[in-house]
Amino acid sequence: MTNIEWLDLGLLSDIPFRGARKVKTPQGCVAVFRTADDAVFAVSDSCPHKAGPLSEGIVHGNKVTCPLHNWVFSLETGEAQGADDGQIPTYPTRVEDDRVFLDVTLLRRRDVA
Amino acid sequence: MAPQKLVVIGTGMASGRLLEHLFEIAPGAYEVTLFNAEPRGCYNRIMLSPVLSGEKSFQEIVTHDEAWYEDHGVTCRFGERVTAVDRDRKVVVGEKGEVAYDKLVIATGSAPFIIPVPGKDLKGVVAYRDLEDTNAMIEAAGNPGSRAVVIGGGLLGLEAAAGLRLRGMEVTVLHLMGHLMERQLDASAGHLLKQDLERRGIEVMLQASTQEITGTGKVEAVKLADGTELKADIVVMAVGIRPETTVAKAAGLEVGRGMVVNAQMESVSDPDIYGLGECVEFDGAVFGLVAPLYDQAKVLAKTLAGEADAFTVRQLSTKLKVTGCDLFSAGDFNDGEGRQDIVFRDPARGVYKRLVIENDRLIGAVFYGDTADSNWFFGLIQTGEDISANRDTLIFGPAYQGGASVDPLAAVAALPDEAEICGCNGVCKGQIVTAIENGASDLAAVRAVTKASGSCGTCTGLVEQVLAVTLGDEFSMPAEQPMCGCTDLTHEDVRRLIKGQELKSMPAVWQAGAWKTPDGCHSCRPALNFYLLADWPVEYKDDPQSRFINERKHANIQKDGTFSVMPRMWGGITTPDELRAIADAADKYKVPTVKVTGGQRIDLLGIKGEDLPAIWADLNAAGMVSGHAYSKGLRTVKTCVGTDHCRFGTQDSTGLGIKLEKALWGSWTPHKVKLAVSGCPRNCAEATCKDVGVICVDSGYQIGVGGAAGMDLKETERLADAKTEEEAIELAIAFIQLYRENARYLDRPYKWLGKVGLPWVKARVVDDLAERRRLVDAFLLSQTIYQKDPWAEHVREQAERYAPIADITLEAAE
Repeated sequence: MTNIEWLDLGLLSDIPFRGARKVKTPQGCVAVFRTADDAVFAVSDSCPHKAGPLSEGIVHGNKVTCPLHNWVFSLETGEAQGADDGQIPTYPTRVEDDRVFLDVTLLRRRDVA
Repeated sequence: MAPQKLVVIGTGMASGRLLEHLFEIAPGAYEVTLFNAEPRGCYNRIMLSPVLSGEKSFQEIVTHDEAWYEDHGVTCRFGERVTAVDRDRKVVVGEKGEVAYDKLVIATGSAPFIIPVPGKDLKGVVAYRDLEDTNAMIEAAGNPGSRAVVIGGGLLGLEAAAGLRLRGMEVTVLHLMGHLMERQLDASAGHLLKQDLERRGIEVMLQASTQEITGTGKVEAVKLADGTELKADIVVMAVGIRPETTVAKAAGLEVGRGMVVNAQMESVSDPDIYGLGECVEFDGAVFGLVAPLYDQAKVLAKTLAGEADAFTVRQLSTKLKVTGCDLFSAGDFNDGEGRQDIVFRDPARGVYKRLVIENDRLIGAVFYGDTADSNWFFGLIQTGEDISANRDTLIFGPAYQGGASVDPLAAVAALPDEAEICGCNGVCKGQIVTAIENGASDLAAVRAVTKASGSCGTCTGLVEQVLAVTLGDEFSMPAEQPMCGCTDLTHEDVRRLIKGQELKSMPAVWQAGAWKTPDGCHSCRPALNFYLLADWPVEYKDDPQSRFINERKHANIQKDGTFSVMPRMWGGITTPDELRAIADAADKYKVPTVKVTGGQRIDLLGIKGEDLPAIWADLNAAGMVSGHAYSKGLRTVKTCVGTDHCRFGTQDSTGLGIKLEKALWGSWTPHKVKLAVSGCPRNCAEATCKDVGVICVDSGYQIGVGGAAGMDLKETERLADAKTEEEAIELAIAFIQLYRENARYLDRPYKWLGKVGLPWVKARVVDDLAERRRLVDAFLLSQTIYQKDPWAEHVREQAERYAPIADITLEAAE
C-alpha cells in the first residue's frame, strides 16, 4: 500500500466562500478552492497561459476564471474550458469534521533535474 | 440449543428495528440485555420535532414500551451507562454491574457537536438530540416574550427553530455558511427557504460566526464575530453530529470517524462484536439519515440469525417539510465537468427546480416549492436510465413525457387573448396584439404603447414572442445582447428588475431573472454585485468573492502576479512626512519600481501579495489611506495650484479638488471615475478629458461631464455652470449618483451619456432640484457604508487571508 500523506490545512471556514487559499510547496503554489456547495478542490495556482494566480480568480460553480485573461478551468479535472486549450494539475483533498486535508505526497518532492 | 447471550448498547431507532427483525426471524435464539444511558427505551427520535412544536406528546412517539420488552424477554438496563467492555472475558461492565455476552451490538448513536466557544456550558445552552433537550426548550418557550437563538441552519436546527416559533418564541437562526441546509440544497433553493422562514417570523442570519455565549449563571446573549449581540433565553446548538464511539474506543476496537464494520456489520477487530447505526463507519461513510440505519438493522438481524446478507450504501434522497416549505434533494447536484444543468424557475410561485445531467442520465435534483413529482425524478436517478429522448420536457415531470416536443412559439400562439403577459402593468395578450396591428412593430414601440415589459422586464421574451407570432416573418428577434450566458436578460433588464422587484440579494436576482447557472459566472457576478450595492447600499452586503481580484485585494495585480500599492494624495497635495513614509515603505519591502502617475500620486509596484497587509499598515500609520487605484470607483481628483500660487488662477482649484475627493472617495461606480479641477481656462489639470471636469472662471465653475482619454478620446460636455463651490460639489455628486443608478456595469460615463443623452441627465441633475437633492442624499447614504479605508479594514480583519494557508517548502528543504 502506498502511504498517502494528508496535510491538515485548517478549518473549512479559513477558506473564503467561492474563494481560495494558497499552499506553498516545493512544486510551486497550490490553490485550494472552496465552492458555493462547500466542495473543496486543489489545483496548481499557475495558469498555463501566462502564469496568472488562479487562487485570485472568481469561482463559479466548480470552475475558476483566471484573473489575468479570463481563462476558465474546471476545478475537478483541471481542464481549460471553452475555446482555450490547457490543463492544470489537480490534487486530492478531503474534508472531515470541517477540517480540510490536502494530499501532499507528490507535492513534497523536489524535482531532481 | 440454549439461547446465546446478546447484549445491545443503545436504544436508538436502529437498535429497536434490529430487535424486531431478530425476534421475527430467529425467535428464541438470543437472550437479550439492552443498555441505554437515557432512562427510557426506544422512541422515534425523528418525531421529537412535533413534540417540540406541541403537535404530538412523547407517549405518541414511543415505539417499544415496557410490555413489548417483557413479552420478548429483554432485560432492560435503562438509565445506566456502560463503562467498559472486557473482550477477553466477554463481559459488558455497566455502572451497576457486569453482564456476560456471546454477541455484542454497539449502537451508541451519535453525539451532538458542541462548538467550543466560551459559555457553551452555561445553563440554557442545549443540543437537540433527546427528550431532555426538547423538554428544556419547551420550558423556555413557556415564558412570554422569551427569545431563542438556534446555532446551525441545517435540518435539525431549522426544525428546532420552527418548533420554538410555533410555541411563540422570538427565534433567530445563525448559520455559518452562505445558505441554509448547504448539504441538501444549492444556493438558490437555500435562498427560497430563507425567504419562507422569514415570512414565518424566523430571523435568519447567514455567515454568522458565533464567538461567545454570555450570561451569569444562565445564558443571556450570543455574541457574533462581527460584534452583533443577540439576547437569548435559550441557545440551541444544532451544528451537526458525530458518531459516539466512546464505548467502541474503550473496548479497543478499530475506530475511524466511526466504529469500523464490514458489510455484515461485524467489527473489523472482533468477530463477536457488531456495530449498528450512526456510530459506525462503513466503506469510509458514516450515516445520519434513518433509511440506511434500517437497512443496517435488517442486515445485522440476518447476520445474528446466521443468514447471509450484505449492507450496501443506497442512493439517498431528502424530502422535507420544514414548517411547510416543500423541498426535495437527491443524488449529486454539485456542478462538475461534463455535467449539465436544467434549471426551471417560476419567480411568482417561488418555485425552483434543478436537474443535473451527466452522460444523458439524471444524477441529481434539487426542488423547492413544488416537489409533487420528486419520486418520479428520484426513480430516474436510481435507475440511471437514458433521458436523452425526453430531455427537452424532462423538467416538467411525468405528465409531459411522450408528447411532441414543445415549441415555445406554439405555446404563445395558443394563449387566449385574455392571457396576462405583463404582470406588473396588467397587460394581456389581446392588448399587445391590437397594438401590433396598429403599427407597433418592435419591442420598444409595444412597450411605449402598452407599457408591457416596461417595469420589471421579466416578460420581455414573452412580448417578443407575441410580436413574432403576430408579425410572422416581418419580425426579427432583436439582437440585444444578454448580460452573459447565464441569463437572457440584458444589463438594463437586470437593473430594472433589481429596482422594480426590490431584489436585494444575488440568489434573489438569479431566481427572478431565471438564471440558467447555479451561481452565475465571472462576467455577471461583478456586475450584479455592483448593481445590488448601488441600489440597496443598506440592505445588500458587498460580496468580495464576486469582485475582480483588484477590488478584492485592494491592489492592482500586475502581469507577474505581484501587486501595486498607491496611497491617496488628496488633490495631488502631499507632505514631506508622507513622502518619507512612502520612501521608508519602498525600502522596507524592497519595492522594485516607484512611479509618479498621471493622477498626481505615487505608485509602488512589484509588491508580493503576502506583504500587502504589512505595507498597508505602515502607510496607514503615516496617515495615508488606499488610493483605490484599482477600483471601478472614484480614482483621483487632479488639480492645478489655482489662486494659491498661480498668477492666472481664478479660484482655489486645489481646495475644491481636495473637497471633491474627500466627498467622493470610497464610492463604487460602474467603471472608474476620474476628476480634475483646473484653476483657469488654460486647463493645466486637463479637466476637459475627465469623467467630471471643473474649469474655474471668474464668475464661478464650469462643470463638464463625459470626457475620456482612454480607448476613446472625448472632450467633456458642459453640464452646468455653478456660482459657488457648494453648488459645484452638489452637481458633481448628483451626476455621479445618477450614473451609479443607471449605467451598465463597465460603461464609462461618456458611454452611458451616449445612450441616455445629455438632456436626459440635465433634466434630472440640473433642472429638477428635488431630484438633485434625492441623488445627493442617496449618494451620502451609500457613503456612510462604503466610505471606509479598505487597507485598515483588511489589516484589522483579514490579514491572515493574504498569507498562504500552509507552507511545506521550508520543511522539505531540511
